[in-house]
Amino acid sequence: MSAPARTPDEMRVGAAPAVTALRRKDLLGIAELSTDEIALILDTAEAMKEVGERPIKKVPALRGKTVVNLFFEPSTRTRTSFEIAEKRLSADTLNIAVASSSVVKGETLADTALNLEAMRPDMIVLRHSSSGACHLLSGDLLHSRVLRSNIHLLTKMGSDVWVCGPPTLIPTDITRFGVRATSDVDEAVADADVIMLLRIQLERMEGAFFPSLREYFNVFGMTEARLRRAKPDVMIMHPGPMNRGVEIASEVADGPYSVILEQVANGVAVRMAVLYLLAGGVAHEEAA
Amino acid sequence: MKRLLKGGRVVDPANGIDGVHDVLIDGDRIAAVGRDLPLDGASVVEIPAGLVVCPGFIDMHVHLREPGQEHKETVATGTAAAVAGGFTAVACMPNTAPVNDNANVTAYILAKAAEANLARVYPIGAVSRGSKGELLADIAELRQAGCVAITDDGHPVATALLLRRAMEYAGMFGMPVIEHCEDGSLKGDAVAHEGYQAATLGLRGMPGACEALGVERGILLSELTGAHFHVAHMSARASLRAVRKGKEIGVGVTCEVAPHHFTLTDEALASPVPYDTNTKMNPPLREAADRDAMLAGIADGSVDAIATDHAPHHYDEKNVEFDRAPFGIVGLETAVPLSLDRLVHAGLIRLPRLVELLSVNPARILRVPGGTLSPGAPADVTILAPELEVRVEAAALRSRSKNTPFDGWELRGGVAATIVGGRALFVNPALTGLQGL
Repeated sequence: MSAPARTPDEMRVGAAPAVTALRRKDLLGIAELSTDEIALILDTAEAMKEVGERPIKKVPALRGKTVVNLFFEPSTRTRTSFEIAEKRLSADTLNIAVASSSVVKGETLADTALNLEAMRPDMIVLRHSSSGACHLLSGDLLHSRVLRSNIHLLTKMGSDVWVCGPPTLIPTDITRFGVRATSDVDEAVADADVIMLLRIQLERMEGAFFPSLREYFNVFGMTEARLRRAKPDVMIMHPGPMNRGVEIASEVADGPYSVILEQVANGVAVRMAVLYLLAGGVAHEEAA
Repeated sequence: MKRLLKGGRVVDPANGIDGVHDVLIDGDRIAAVGRDLPLDGASVVEIPAGLVVCPGFIDMHVHLREPGQEHKETVATGTAAAVAGGFTAVACMPNTAPVNDNANVTAYILAKAAEANLARVYPIGAVSRGSKGELLADIAELRQAGCVAITDDGHPVATALLLRRAMEYAGMFGMPVIEHCEDGSLKGDAVAHEGYQAATLGLRGMPGACEALGVERGILLSELTGAHFHVAHMSARASLRAVRKGKEIGVGVTCEVAPHHFTLTDEALASPVPYDTNTKMNPPLREAADRDAMLAGIADGSVDAIATDHAPHHYDEKNVEFDRAPFGIVGLETAVPLSLDRLVHAGLIRLPRLVELLSVNPARILRVPGGTLSPGAPADVTILAPELEVRVEAAALRSRSKNTPFDGWELRGGVAATIVGGRALFVNPALTGLQGL
């Protein structure tokens, strides 16, 4: 949950953007980005979003570029979002889904990377269950799933971030990330400008992280009743996929405060922006 | 054949010696230590100023990988690394393939050691058959074949009951039970120390309590059985607290700390190379408070020994995702420089205490010869060059595997020479004046 002290827009009022290009060839995590780079990505995403609203949703920004989506774990949503982003930028897209079983059969991640590199793709989007897997690869990389990306991003951009949940699901030392932690939902909801629900991984039940989904919903689920304690203009977010009736009630998910589907649309735009900028694109240039 | 090591600083804590003395070696035995010893027909080796003559160092925790994993290390390459690192003897862990849970495997290891004829090798047998935690291994036969201790290292002994039985049984022979202390349920599939770094890097963590629970269990059972319980590769401050308490109430508990645990913290997982699999070991590199506790325990005497947990792994095995990489790093050739640099030159301990940690106490814990320069003791001698500037080069290690996080480190203090049974098996080419050894 976050209460933005300054939005990226406010931070840039009256000033030219501090950076106009991402001077890096890969993006492995939010932590390494400066606030200026994040602002650049968000600005660019706004322009990209406009592309998605056109009748012909395509610009030639990545024409002739080969982008490989290398997914070591199944993730339809993420892959779809990247694929749409790549296609809207006119890239040649290739999806490789590597079942972890085939890794057991032989080829190492390092070898997979070398083989792909030999085929000269321009960019690789990697999703892997092992944190740090990207650091093993050489070449152009885009995506690393690092657990605390959200916290890094929000605190970096000036938000006051709270995390709320049972202590079994909150990492130890979380306060060292500059956030406040509570297990009291009412305390967390009060004064929040944005409430972001995170997906409860159902497999966690087996790890005894909490007693039952029913109890989780009763104690931590975002219901209309709980939402009444929030600010009148509160925003409800969720990165998806949702477990309705676990972390979020349907009335909230589908309710007037929810921007969950807009997040999905924006996800495509942000991916377009990142791909475009990593390929060497610069700010404020007409995407078309 | 007699040789007189003349004029070096001799540090022999077992005999209360720290000063310029001569050491007379007769064949494979120490003949005498004293000032201005008569020549008595011996050839003379003048020990250059600044070098320190000590009883041979004993690394009581190494993985020689033979039989079964010769691509990582062999008895020959491991003992070559040992003598290059200043160790005249090593105790090797039983988690080979097959496991050293019977006299045949022990005999095989000892035959390989005799063939290599480098550092002495003291095999450690398994507590349980196949280290599976179900049935006791043939502990008496292991002992007769030459094992000096038992352990299921790599894992803790599966149940408290089996550990109790092992202690009772091994206690008959006065054999220590060495334990990889860890509560498996708390560890889960963790790959790093639980804390800020693991959370930042998205790695599954195990807390220090995971180790300390195992330490507490062992101490309680040692109290119950009267057996000698030795804590392997201690890393957590809560473990040290338990050991101190155990010693206070008179339980027969001893412990060792590995150089990486008194040198590094879990920050090494993030930099200089993020997710470097050479920073992955079990127990994991922990936070600064734990590292500092290990240093304090070394300084105040609570820690009995420095042991490397030398764990060679092939490059291919380590060149994978952090989650998939095996635990462990090599340590035989970096232990002495790290100890001199981080403990002695840092002002934490003095040389006699270092010799206790690396020689006197390991010999005492394992009840093996050595740890002293007393007349009649084996002529196992480690000569230190405390002021030597050492640069660690992974590629130049004698060990068959090069998995070290210390590649490129510059440290003050090194090994000048290693003498085993009167034979100089390693003389540091960076030094002059020791050719006569």
